[in-house]
Amino acid sequence: MPMRPGASASGGASLLAAFRVVFVGGVISFRALFNWLNPYIYVPTMLIAPVFQILLFAYVGRSAGVADDGFYVIGNAVQYASIPCLFAMANTIAGERFTQTLGIVLSTPVNRVALFVGRSLPVVANGWFVAMVALFVGGRVLGVDLPLRVWPGIALCVVVASASCTGLGLLQASIALRVRSTAVLSNIVFGVLLVFCGTNVALDALPAWMAGVGRVLPLTHAIEGARRVAGGAGLGEVAGLLAREAALGVAFTVAGLLALRYVEGQSRRHATLELQ
Amino acid sequence: MNGLRRSARVLFTLWWLQLKIVAVSAFDGILNVIYPLFFATTAFLMFGQSGNPEALVYAGLGAAVMGTWSAMATSASGALQSQRWQGTLELLVCAPTRLALAVLPVTAALATVALYSLVATLVWGRVVFGIEVQIASPVAFVVALAVTLASLATFGFLLSVTVVRYRTGWALGNLLEYPGWLLCGFLVPLDLFPGWVQWLAQTLPPTWGMAAIRSAAAGQTPWGEIAVCAGLGLGYAVLATILSERLVDSARRNATLALT
Repeated sequence: MPMRPGASASGGASLLAAFRVVFVGGVISFRALFNWLNPYIYVPTMLIAPVFQILLFAYVGRSAGVADDGFYVIGNAVQYASIPCLFAMANTIAGERFTQTLGIVLSTPVNRVALFVGRSLPVVANGWFVAMVALFVGGRVLGVDLPLRVWPGIALCVVVASASCTGLGLLQASIALRVRSTAVLSNIVFGVLLVFCGTNVALDALPAWMAGVGRVLPLTHAIEGARRVAGGAGLGEVAGLLAREAALGVAFTVAGLLALRYVEGQSRRHATLELQ
Repeated sequence: MNGLRRSARVLFTLWWLQLKIVAVSAFDGILNVIYPLFFATTAFLMFGQSGNPEALVYAGLGAAVMGTWSAMATSASGALQSQRWQGTLELLVCAPTRLALAVLPVTAALATVALYSLVATLVWGRVVFGIEVQIASPVAFVVALAVTLASLATFGFLLSVTVVRYRTGWALGNLLEYPGWLLCGFLVPLDLFPGWVQWLAQTLPPTWGMAAIRSAAAGQTPWGEIAVCAGLGLGYAVLATILSERLVDSARRNATLALT
Protein backbone atom coordinates (compact mmCIF):
# COMPACT_ATOMS: atom_id res chain seq x y z
CA MET A 1 0.00 0.00 0.00
CA PRO A 2 1.54 3.38 -0.94
CA MET A 3 2.28 5.78 1.86
CA ARG A 4 1.59 9.48 1.94
CA PRO A 5 4.53 11.72 2.82
CA GLY A 6 4.86 12.02 6.53
CA ALA A 7 2.62 9.06 7.23
CA SER A 8 4.00 6.27 9.36
CA ALA A 9 3.38 2.64 8.66
CA SER A 10 3.79 -0.53 10.56
CA GLY A 11 6.72 -2.78 9.66
CA GLY A 12 4.38 -5.28 7.97
CA ALA A 13 2.65 -2.66 5.83
CA SER A 14 5.89 -1.12 4.74
CA LEU A 15 7.29 -4.54 3.85
CA LEU A 16 4.18 -5.26 1.81
CA ALA A 17 4.53 -1.89 0.07
CA ALA A 18 8.16 -2.66 -0.71
CA PHE A 19 7.20 -6.05 -2.19
CA ARG A 20 4.52 -4.40 -4.32
CA VAL A 21 7.03 -1.84 -5.55
CA VAL A 22 9.57 -4.58 -6.34
CA PHE A 23 7.31 -7.01 -8.18
CA VAL A 24 4.29 -5.08 -9.49
CA GLY A 25 6.03 -1.74 -9.96
CA GLY A 26 9.05 -3.43 -11.51
CA VAL A 27 7.04 -5.15 -14.22
CA ILE A 28 4.91 -2.08 -14.97
CA SER A 29 8.01 0.13 -15.22
CA PHE A 30 9.76 -2.34 -17.49
CA ARG A 31 6.78 -2.47 -19.84
CA ALA A 32 6.46 1.29 -19.83
CA LEU A 33 10.09 2.31 -20.11
CA PHE A 34 11.73 -0.38 -22.22
CA ASN A 35 10.19 0.78 -25.47
CA TRP A 36 12.01 -1.90 -27.43
CA LEU A 37 9.31 -4.37 -26.37
CA ASN A 38 7.53 -3.58 -29.63
CA PRO A 39 8.04 -6.78 -31.69
CA TYR A 40 9.21 -4.77 -34.73
CA ILE A 41 12.06 -3.50 -32.57
CA TYR A 42 12.54 -6.41 -30.17
CA VAL A 43 12.94 -9.16 -32.77
CA PRO A 44 15.59 -7.44 -34.94
CA THR A 45 17.45 -5.79 -32.07
CA MET A 46 17.29 -8.45 -29.36
CA LEU A 47 16.89 -11.73 -31.19
CA ILE A 48 18.49 -11.40 -34.62
CA ALA A 49 21.33 -8.91 -34.06
CA PRO A 50 23.15 -11.10 -31.48
CA VAL A 51 23.18 -13.98 -33.95
CA PHE A 52 24.93 -11.73 -36.46
CA GLN A 53 27.41 -10.61 -33.79
CA ILE A 54 28.20 -14.29 -33.21
CA LEU A 55 28.55 -14.88 -36.95
CA LEU A 56 30.79 -11.83 -37.37
CA PHE A 57 33.31 -12.90 -34.77
CA ALA A 58 33.12 -16.59 -35.64
CA TYR A 59 34.03 -15.70 -39.23
CA VAL A 60 36.73 -13.27 -38.13
CA GLY A 61 38.03 -16.12 -35.98
CA ARG A 62 38.01 -18.45 -38.98
CA SER A 63 39.72 -15.80 -41.10
CA ALA A 64 42.40 -15.23 -38.45
CA GLY A 65 42.68 -18.95 -37.82
CA VAL A 66 42.25 -18.69 -34.05
CA ALA A 67 39.82 -20.56 -31.76
CA ASP A 68 36.82 -22.63 -32.79
CA ASP A 69 33.26 -21.50 -33.46
CA GLY A 70 32.02 -22.68 -30.05
CA PHE A 71 34.33 -20.19 -28.33
CA TYR A 72 32.70 -17.28 -30.16
CA VAL A 73 29.14 -18.60 -29.89
CA ILE A 74 29.30 -18.77 -26.10
CA GLY A 75 31.34 -15.59 -25.62
CA ASN A 76 29.18 -13.38 -27.80
CA ALA A 77 25.84 -14.85 -26.73
CA VAL A 78 26.58 -14.24 -23.05
CA GLN A 79 28.11 -10.83 -23.77
CA TYR A 80 25.05 -9.74 -25.73
CA ALA A 81 23.01 -9.98 -22.51
CA SER A 82 24.65 -6.65 -21.74
CA ILE A 83 22.62 -4.85 -24.43
CA PRO A 84 19.21 -5.35 -22.78
CA CYS A 85 20.66 -5.05 -19.29
CA LEU A 86 22.55 -1.80 -19.87
CA PHE A 87 20.00 -0.09 -22.10
CA ALA A 88 16.97 -1.06 -20.03
CA MET A 89 18.56 0.08 -16.76
CA ALA A 90 19.63 3.39 -18.31
CA ASN A 91 16.06 3.78 -19.52
CA THR A 92 14.76 3.55 -15.97
CA ILE A 93 16.13 7.07 -15.64
CA ALA A 94 16.22 8.37 -19.22
CA GLY A 95 12.72 7.11 -20.02
CA GLU A 96 11.26 8.80 -16.95
CA ARG A 97 13.12 11.99 -17.84
CA PHE A 98 11.83 11.91 -21.41
CA THR A 99 8.23 11.53 -20.27
CA GLN A 100 8.85 14.17 -17.59
CA THR A 101 7.94 11.81 -14.77
CA LEU A 102 11.38 11.54 -13.20
CA GLY A 103 10.70 14.29 -10.70
CA ILE A 104 7.43 12.62 -9.68
CA VAL A 105 9.12 9.23 -9.22
CA LEU A 106 11.94 10.65 -7.14
CA SER A 107 9.62 12.74 -5.00
CA THR A 108 7.61 9.70 -3.90
CA PRO A 109 8.41 8.38 -0.42
CA VAL A 110 8.99 4.91 -1.80
CA ASN A 111 11.99 2.88 -0.68
CA ARG A 112 14.68 3.52 -3.30
CA VAL A 113 16.18 0.04 -2.96
CA ALA A 114 12.79 -1.55 -3.63
CA LEU A 115 12.18 0.86 -6.51
CA PHE A 116 15.38 0.14 -8.41
CA VAL A 117 15.77 -3.53 -7.49
CA GLY A 118 12.20 -4.03 -8.69
CA ARG A 119 13.01 -2.37 -11.95
CA SER A 120 16.05 -4.55 -12.40
CA LEU A 121 14.38 -7.98 -12.02
CA PRO A 122 12.55 -8.01 -15.39
CA VAL A 123 15.76 -6.71 -16.93
CA VAL A 124 17.68 -9.72 -15.63
CA ALA A 125 15.02 -12.07 -16.97
CA ASN A 126 15.06 -10.38 -20.38
CA GLY A 127 18.88 -10.39 -20.55
CA TRP A 128 18.87 -14.10 -19.79
CA PHE A 129 16.26 -14.79 -22.49
CA VAL A 130 18.11 -12.78 -25.12
CA ALA A 131 21.43 -14.51 -24.41
CA MET A 132 19.90 -17.99 -24.36
CA VAL A 133 18.11 -17.45 -27.69
CA ALA A 134 21.36 -16.15 -29.19
CA LEU A 135 23.24 -19.16 -27.87
CA PHE A 136 20.70 -21.60 -29.24
CA VAL A 137 20.22 -19.99 -32.66
CA GLY A 138 23.88 -19.02 -33.10
CA GLY A 139 24.93 -22.56 -32.22
CA ARG A 140 22.47 -24.07 -34.67
CA VAL A 141 23.53 -21.75 -37.50
CA LEU A 142 27.23 -22.50 -37.03
CA GLY A 143 26.70 -26.18 -36.27
CA VAL A 144 28.02 -25.95 -32.72
CA ASP A 145 26.42 -28.88 -30.97
CA LEU A 146 26.00 -28.41 -27.23
CA PRO A 147 24.80 -31.57 -25.49
CA LEU A 148 21.49 -31.34 -23.63
CA ARG A 149 23.14 -32.00 -20.26
CA VAL A 150 25.23 -28.81 -20.40
CA TRP A 151 22.31 -26.46 -21.01
CA PRO A 152 21.12 -26.16 -17.36
CA GLY A 153 24.64 -25.23 -16.26
CA ILE A 154 25.02 -22.69 -19.06
CA ALA A 155 21.58 -21.29 -18.24
CA LEU A 156 22.72 -20.74 -14.66
CA CYS A 157 25.90 -19.01 -15.83
CA VAL A 158 23.79 -16.71 -18.01
CA VAL A 159 21.44 -15.87 -15.11
CA VAL A 160 24.41 -14.80 -13.00
CA ALA A 161 25.89 -12.89 -15.95
CA SER A 162 22.63 -11.02 -16.58
CA ALA A 163 22.25 -10.18 -12.89
CA SER A 164 25.79 -8.86 -12.53
CA CYS A 165 25.52 -6.88 -15.75
CA THR A 166 22.26 -5.39 -14.53
CA GLY A 167 24.19 -4.28 -11.44
CA LEU A 168 26.56 -2.42 -13.73
CA GLY A 169 23.49 -1.05 -15.52
CA LEU A 170 22.25 0.32 -12.21
CA LEU A 171 25.54 2.14 -11.70
CA GLN A 172 25.19 3.47 -15.22
CA ALA A 173 21.63 4.57 -14.47
CA SER A 174 23.02 6.78 -11.71
CA ILE A 175 25.31 8.45 -14.24
CA ALA A 176 22.26 8.86 -16.47
CA LEU A 177 20.87 11.20 -13.83
CA ARG A 178 23.59 13.66 -14.81
CA VAL A 179 24.52 12.60 -18.36
CA ARG A 180 21.79 13.08 -20.92
CA SER A 181 23.19 10.91 -23.74
CA THR A 182 22.41 7.56 -22.15
CA ALA A 183 22.48 5.71 -25.47
CA VAL A 184 26.06 6.85 -26.02
CA LEU A 185 27.04 5.78 -22.52
CA SER A 186 25.40 2.35 -22.88
CA ASN A 187 27.10 1.74 -26.21
CA ILE A 188 30.51 2.64 -24.79
CA VAL A 189 30.05 0.34 -21.79
CA PHE A 190 28.95 -2.41 -24.19
CA GLY A 191 32.14 -1.87 -26.20
CA VAL A 192 34.30 -2.04 -23.08
CA LEU A 193 32.68 -5.34 -22.12
CA LEU A 194 33.23 -6.65 -25.65
CA VAL A 195 36.95 -5.96 -25.55
CA PHE A 196 37.87 -6.69 -21.94
CA CYS A 197 35.69 -9.61 -20.85
CA GLY A 198 37.31 -12.39 -22.85
CA THR A 199 34.38 -12.42 -25.25
CA ASN A 200 36.45 -13.00 -28.37
CA VAL A 201 39.99 -13.10 -27.06
CA ALA A 202 40.69 -15.34 -24.07
CA LEU A 203 41.92 -13.52 -20.97
CA ASP A 204 45.30 -15.24 -21.11
CA ALA A 205 45.80 -13.95 -24.66
CA LEU A 206 45.02 -10.37 -23.68
CA PRO A 207 47.71 -8.01 -22.39
CA ALA A 208 47.99 -8.42 -18.60
CA TRP A 209 46.49 -5.03 -17.78
CA MET A 210 43.47 -5.69 -19.99
CA ALA A 211 42.93 -9.09 -18.40
CA GLY A 212 43.18 -7.38 -15.00
CA VAL A 213 40.48 -4.90 -15.96
CA GLY A 214 38.35 -7.73 -17.34
CA ARG A 215 38.48 -9.59 -14.04
CA VAL A 216 36.72 -6.75 -12.22
CA LEU A 217 34.02 -6.36 -14.85
CA PRO A 218 30.74 -8.28 -15.04
CA LEU A 219 30.44 -11.11 -17.61
CA THR A 220 34.11 -12.18 -17.61
CA HIS A 221 33.76 -14.98 -15.07
CA ALA A 222 30.34 -16.04 -16.34
CA ILE A 223 31.64 -16.34 -19.90
CA GLU A 224 34.57 -18.42 -18.70
CA GLY A 225 32.22 -20.52 -16.57
CA ALA A 226 29.83 -21.10 -19.47
CA ARG A 227 32.73 -22.17 -21.71
CA ARG A 228 33.95 -24.63 -19.10
CA VAL A 229 30.47 -26.06 -18.58
CA ALA A 230 30.12 -26.45 -22.34
CA GLY A 231 33.46 -28.25 -22.28
CA GLY A 232 32.09 -30.78 -19.80
CA ALA A 233 32.93 -29.25 -16.41
CA GLY A 234 30.44 -29.77 -13.58
CA LEU A 235 28.77 -26.92 -11.75
CA GLY A 236 30.98 -27.58 -8.74
CA GLU A 237 34.04 -26.85 -10.88
CA VAL A 238 32.75 -23.46 -11.94
CA ALA A 239 31.19 -22.52 -8.60
CA GLY A 240 34.15 -20.28 -7.78
CA LEU A 241 33.81 -18.40 -11.07
CA LEU A 242 30.07 -17.95 -10.59
CA ALA A 243 30.58 -16.80 -7.00
CA ARG A 244 33.05 -14.16 -8.20
CA GLU A 245 30.63 -13.07 -10.91
CA ALA A 246 27.79 -12.85 -8.38
CA ALA A 247 30.00 -10.93 -5.93
CA LEU A 248 30.84 -8.43 -8.67
CA GLY A 249 27.14 -8.10 -9.44
CA VAL A 250 26.35 -7.36 -5.79
CA ALA A 251 29.22 -4.86 -5.60
CA PHE A 252 28.03 -3.03 -8.72
CA THR A 253 24.42 -3.05 -7.46
CA VAL A 254 25.42 -1.57 -4.09
CA ALA A 255 27.66 0.98 -5.82
CA GLY A 256 24.79 1.81 -8.17
CA LEU A 257 22.31 2.35 -5.34
CA LEU A 258 24.77 4.53 -3.42
CA ALA A 259 25.60 6.49 -6.56
CA LEU A 260 21.91 6.96 -7.33
CA ARG A 261 21.35 8.36 -3.87
CA TYR A 262 24.29 10.74 -4.19
CA VAL A 263 23.54 11.90 -7.73
CA GLU A 264 19.84 12.31 -6.95
CA GLY A 265 20.80 14.79 -4.24
CA GLN A 266 23.17 16.58 -6.61
CA SER A 267 20.51 16.74 -9.33
CA ARG A 268 18.02 18.28 -6.93
CA ARG A 269 20.54 20.91 -5.87
CA HIS A 270 21.51 21.76 -9.45
CA ALA A 271 17.98 21.45 -10.83
CA THR A 272 19.14 19.08 -13.57
CA LEU A 273 16.63 16.29 -13.02
CA GLU A 274 14.45 16.96 -16.01
CA LEU A 275 16.89 18.52 -18.44
CA GLN A 276 16.24 16.82 -21.78
CA MET B 1 19.11 25.24 -65.59
CA ASN B 2 17.59 27.31 -62.80
CA GLY B 3 15.96 24.17 -61.40
CA LEU B 4 19.31 22.37 -61.40
CA ARG B 5 20.98 25.28 -59.67
CA ARG B 6 18.20 25.45 -57.08
CA SER B 7 18.53 21.70 -56.40
CA ALA B 8 22.30 21.99 -56.03
CA ARG B 9 21.85 24.89 -53.64
CA VAL B 10 19.34 22.92 -51.53
CA LEU B 11 21.68 19.93 -51.45
CA PHE B 12 24.73 21.96 -50.48
CA THR B 13 22.99 24.17 -47.89
CA LEU B 14 21.32 21.24 -46.19
CA TRP B 15 24.51 19.16 -46.27
CA TRP B 16 26.44 21.97 -44.61
CA LEU B 17 23.71 22.57 -42.01
CA GLN B 18 23.46 18.86 -41.20
CA LEU B 19 27.23 18.52 -41.07
CA LYS B 20 27.38 21.19 -38.39
CA ILE B 21 24.62 19.45 -36.42
CA VAL B 22 26.05 15.95 -36.76
CA ALA B 23 29.63 16.98 -36.04
CA VAL B 24 28.73 18.01 -32.51
CA SER B 25 26.19 15.27 -31.87
CA ALA B 26 27.20 12.87 -29.10
CA PHE B 27 25.57 9.92 -30.86
CA ASP B 28 26.17 10.59 -34.56
CA GLY B 29 29.48 12.37 -34.17
CA ILE B 30 31.41 11.16 -31.13
CA LEU B 31 29.99 7.66 -30.75
CA ASN B 32 30.47 6.91 -34.44
CA VAL B 33 34.19 7.49 -33.91
CA ILE B 34 34.53 5.57 -30.63
CA TYR B 35 32.16 2.65 -31.18
CA PRO B 36 33.89 1.07 -34.21
CA LEU B 37 37.18 1.32 -32.32
CA PHE B 38 35.97 -1.35 -29.87
CA PHE B 39 35.28 -3.72 -32.75
CA ALA B 40 38.49 -2.77 -34.50
CA THR B 41 40.44 -3.41 -31.28
CA THR B 42 38.82 -6.82 -30.90
CA ALA B 43 39.62 -7.65 -34.52
CA PHE B 44 43.23 -6.46 -34.14
CA LEU B 45 43.65 -8.59 -31.02
CA MET B 46 42.19 -11.60 -32.83
CA PHE B 47 44.32 -11.16 -35.95
CA GLY B 48 47.31 -10.38 -33.70
CA GLN B 49 46.97 -13.88 -32.23
CA SER B 50 47.42 -15.37 -35.68
CA GLY B 51 50.96 -13.96 -35.82
CA ASN B 52 50.52 -13.02 -39.47
CA PRO B 53 51.52 -9.36 -40.11
CA GLU B 54 49.76 -9.33 -43.51
CA ALA B 55 46.50 -10.38 -41.87
CA LEU B 56 46.86 -7.53 -39.41
CA VAL B 57 47.29 -5.00 -42.24
CA TYR B 58 44.26 -6.52 -43.98
CA ALA B 59 42.28 -6.03 -40.76
CA GLY B 60 43.70 -2.53 -40.26
CA LEU B 61 42.37 -1.26 -43.56
CA GLY B 62 39.07 -3.13 -43.29
CA ALA B 63 38.40 -1.99 -39.73
CA ALA B 64 39.02 1.61 -40.76
CA VAL B 65 36.34 1.49 -43.45
CA MET B 66 34.03 -0.58 -41.22
CA GLY B 67 33.05 2.47 -39.18
CA THR B 68 31.65 4.19 -42.25
CA TRP B 69 29.08 1.41 -42.57
CA SER B 70 28.05 1.94 -38.92
CA ALA B 71 27.53 5.62 -39.55
CA MET B 72 25.12 4.73 -42.31
CA ALA B 73 23.31 1.69 -40.95
CA THR B 74 22.57 3.03 -37.49
CA SER B 75 22.69 6.80 -37.83
CA ALA B 76 21.04 7.19 -41.23
CA SER B 77 18.11 5.00 -40.28
CA GLY B 78 17.79 6.93 -37.03
CA ALA B 79 18.17 10.38 -38.61
CA LEU B 80 14.55 10.84 -39.62
CA GLN B 81 13.35 9.14 -36.46
CA SER B 82 15.15 11.88 -34.53
CA GLN B 83 13.31 14.45 -36.64
CA ARG B 84 10.08 12.69 -35.75
CA TRP B 85 10.90 12.86 -32.01
CA GLN B 86 11.81 16.52 -32.33
CA GLY B 87 8.59 17.26 -34.21
CA THR B 88 10.36 18.46 -37.35
CA LEU B 89 9.63 15.50 -39.65
CA GLU B 90 6.35 17.01 -40.79
CA LEU B 91 8.09 20.28 -41.61
CA LEU B 92 10.72 18.39 -43.60
CA VAL B 93 8.06 16.55 -45.59
CA CYS B 94 6.11 19.78 -46.18
CA ALA B 95 9.20 21.66 -47.41
CA PRO B 96 8.66 23.06 -50.93
CA THR B 97 11.17 20.70 -52.48
CA ARG B 98 11.34 16.99 -53.20
CA LEU B 99 11.82 14.87 -50.10
CA ALA B 100 14.84 13.27 -51.74
CA LEU B 101 16.59 16.65 -51.86
CA ALA B 102 15.82 17.19 -48.19
CA VAL B 103 16.93 13.75 -46.97
CA LEU B 104 19.95 12.93 -49.14
CA PRO B 105 22.04 15.77 -47.62
CA VAL B 106 21.30 14.36 -44.15
CA THR B 107 22.85 11.01 -45.02
CA ALA B 108 25.61 12.73 -47.01
CA ALA B 109 26.55 14.66 -43.86
CA LEU B 110 26.65 11.40 -41.92
CA ALA B 111 28.90 9.88 -44.58
CA THR B 112 31.19 12.89 -44.35
CA VAL B 113 31.47 12.57 -40.59
CA ALA B 114 32.21 8.87 -41.08
CA LEU B 115 35.61 10.05 -42.29
CA TYR B 116 36.43 10.83 -38.64
CA SER B 117 35.93 7.20 -37.84
CA LEU B 118 38.11 6.07 -40.72
CA VAL B 119 40.99 8.33 -39.77
CA ALA B 120 40.62 7.56 -36.05
CA THR B 121 40.76 3.81 -36.69
CA LEU B 122 43.81 4.11 -38.95
CA VAL B 123 45.59 6.20 -36.29
CA TRP B 124 44.48 3.80 -33.53
CA GLY B 125 45.80 0.81 -35.47
CA ARG B 126 49.10 2.58 -36.15
CA VAL B 127 49.71 3.95 -32.66
CA VAL B 128 48.38 1.13 -30.47
CA PHE B 129 48.95 -1.94 -32.64
CA GLY B 130 51.76 -0.76 -34.90
CA ILE B 131 49.78 -1.51 -38.07
CA GLU B 132 51.30 0.34 -41.03
CA VAL B 133 48.84 0.60 -43.87
CA GLN B 134 50.77 1.51 -47.02
CA ILE B 135 48.89 3.36 -49.75
CA ALA B 136 50.55 2.62 -53.09
CA SER B 137 48.19 4.75 -55.22
CA PRO B 138 47.03 7.73 -53.12
CA VAL B 139 44.94 9.33 -55.86
CA ALA B 140 43.06 6.13 -56.64
CA PHE B 141 42.69 5.54 -52.91
CA VAL B 142 41.07 8.95 -52.36
CA VAL B 143 38.75 8.47 -55.34
CA ALA B 144 37.78 4.98 -54.15
CA LEU B 145 37.11 6.33 -50.68
CA ALA B 146 35.03 9.26 -51.95
CA VAL B 147 32.93 7.02 -54.19
CA THR B 148 32.45 4.53 -51.35
CA LEU B 149 31.24 7.26 -49.03
CA ALA B 150 28.94 8.72 -51.69
CA SER B 151 27.41 5.31 -52.40
CA LEU B 152 27.03 4.71 -48.67
CA ALA B 153 25.16 8.02 -48.44
CA THR B 154 22.67 6.86 -51.07
CA PHE B 155 22.29 3.50 -49.34
CA GLY B 156 21.66 5.37 -46.08
CA PHE B 157 19.16 7.51 -47.95
CA LEU B 158 17.22 4.36 -48.85
CA LEU B 159 17.26 3.23 -45.21
CA SER B 160 16.23 6.58 -43.85
CA VAL B 161 13.20 7.08 -46.09
CA THR B 162 11.60 3.90 -44.75
CA VAL B 163 11.36 5.65 -41.37
CA VAL B 164 9.10 8.28 -42.92
CA ARG B 165 6.37 5.66 -43.15
CA TYR B 166 7.39 3.10 -40.50
CA ARG B 167 8.27 4.53 -37.11
CA THR B 168 10.12 1.38 -36.08
CA GLY B 169 12.16 1.45 -39.28
CA TRP B 170 15.24 2.61 -37.38
CA ALA B 171 15.54 -0.89 -35.89
CA LEU B 172 16.25 -2.16 -39.41
CA GLY B 173 19.38 -0.01 -39.48
CA ASN B 174 20.54 -1.38 -36.13
CA LEU B 175 19.97 -4.88 -37.45
CA LEU B 176 22.00 -4.23 -40.61
CA GLU B 177 25.15 -3.12 -38.78
CA TYR B 178 26.60 -6.60 -38.16
CA PRO B 179 25.52 -8.15 -41.48
CA GLY B 180 27.18 -5.23 -43.29
CA TRP B 181 30.41 -5.69 -41.34
CA LEU B 182 30.25 -9.37 -42.14
CA LEU B 183 29.35 -9.23 -45.82
CA CYS B 184 31.22 -6.24 -47.20
CA GLY B 185 34.66 -7.78 -46.93
CA PHE B 186 35.89 -5.45 -44.20
CA LEU B 187 37.39 -8.18 -42.01
CA VAL B 188 36.36 -11.45 -43.60
CA PRO B 189 37.30 -12.41 -47.19
CA LEU B 190 34.17 -13.14 -49.18
CA ASP B 191 35.41 -16.52 -50.37
CA LEU B 192 34.85 -17.88 -46.85
CA PHE B 193 31.08 -17.58 -47.43
CA PRO B 194 28.69 -19.80 -49.38
CA GLY B 195 27.95 -18.75 -52.98
CA TRP B 196 24.54 -17.21 -52.27
CA VAL B 197 26.02 -15.02 -49.54
CA GLN B 198 28.76 -13.84 -51.91
CA TRP B 199 26.08 -12.98 -54.45
CA LEU B 200 24.18 -10.99 -51.82
CA ALA B 201 27.36 -9.17 -50.82
CA GLN B 202 27.87 -8.06 -54.44
CA THR B 203 24.64 -6.05 -54.26
CA LEU B 204 26.05 -3.82 -51.52
CA PRO B 205 28.08 -0.81 -52.66
CA PRO B 206 30.65 -0.99 -49.81
CA THR B 207 31.69 -4.50 -50.94
CA TRP B 208 32.95 -2.96 -54.19
CA GLY B 209 34.19 0.14 -52.41
CA MET B 210 36.23 -1.92 -49.96
CA ALA B 211 37.65 -3.99 -52.82
CA ALA B 212 38.58 -0.78 -54.66
CA ILE B 213 40.21 0.69 -51.56
CA ARG B 214 42.26 -2.47 -51.06
CA SER B 215 43.26 -2.48 -54.75
CA ALA B 216 44.32 1.17 -54.57
CA ALA B 217 46.29 0.56 -51.39
CA ALA B 218 48.06 -2.38 -53.05
CA GLY B 219 48.85 -0.38 -56.20
CA GLN B 220 46.48 -2.34 -58.43
CA THR B 221 43.84 -0.87 -60.76
CA PRO B 222 40.65 -0.14 -58.81
CA TRP B 223 38.67 1.69 -61.53
CA GLY B 224 36.37 -1.20 -62.44
CA GLU B 225 35.40 -1.71 -58.81
CA ILE B 226 34.95 2.04 -58.36
CA ALA B 227 32.61 2.13 -61.37
CA VAL B 228 30.46 -0.72 -60.04
CA CYS B 229 30.36 0.93 -56.61
CA ALA B 230 29.26 4.23 -58.16
CA GLY B 231 26.66 2.46 -60.33
CA LEU B 232 25.18 0.65 -57.36
CA GLY B 233 25.13 3.88 -55.36
CA LEU B 234 23.27 5.60 -58.17
CA GLY B 235 20.83 2.69 -58.35
CA TYR B 236 20.09 2.94 -54.63
CA ALA B 237 19.59 6.71 -55.00
CA VAL B 238 17.01 6.22 -57.77
CA LEU B 239 15.26 3.47 -55.81
CA ALA B 240 15.18 5.61 -52.65
CA THR B 241 13.84 8.63 -54.58
CA ILE B 242 10.96 6.62 -56.03
CA LEU B 243 10.31 4.97 -52.68
CA SER B 244 10.39 8.27 -50.81
CA GLU B 245 7.52 9.68 -52.89
CA ARG B 246 5.40 6.57 -52.35
CA LEU B 247 6.17 6.33 -48.64
CA VAL B 248 5.34 9.99 -48.06
CA ASP B 249 2.01 9.50 -49.83
CA SER B 250 1.34 6.48 -47.63
CA ALA B 251 2.42 8.32 -44.47
CA ARG B 252 0.06 11.18 -45.29
CA ARG B 253 -2.82 8.81 -45.98
CA ASN B 254 -2.23 6.86 -42.76
CA ALA B 255 -1.32 9.93 -40.68
CA THR B 256 1.83 8.30 -39.32
CA LEU B 257 4.24 11.22 -39.67
CA ALA B 258 3.76 12.56 -36.17
CA LEU B 259 3.50 9.19 -34.46
CA THR B 260 6.40 8.60 -32.11
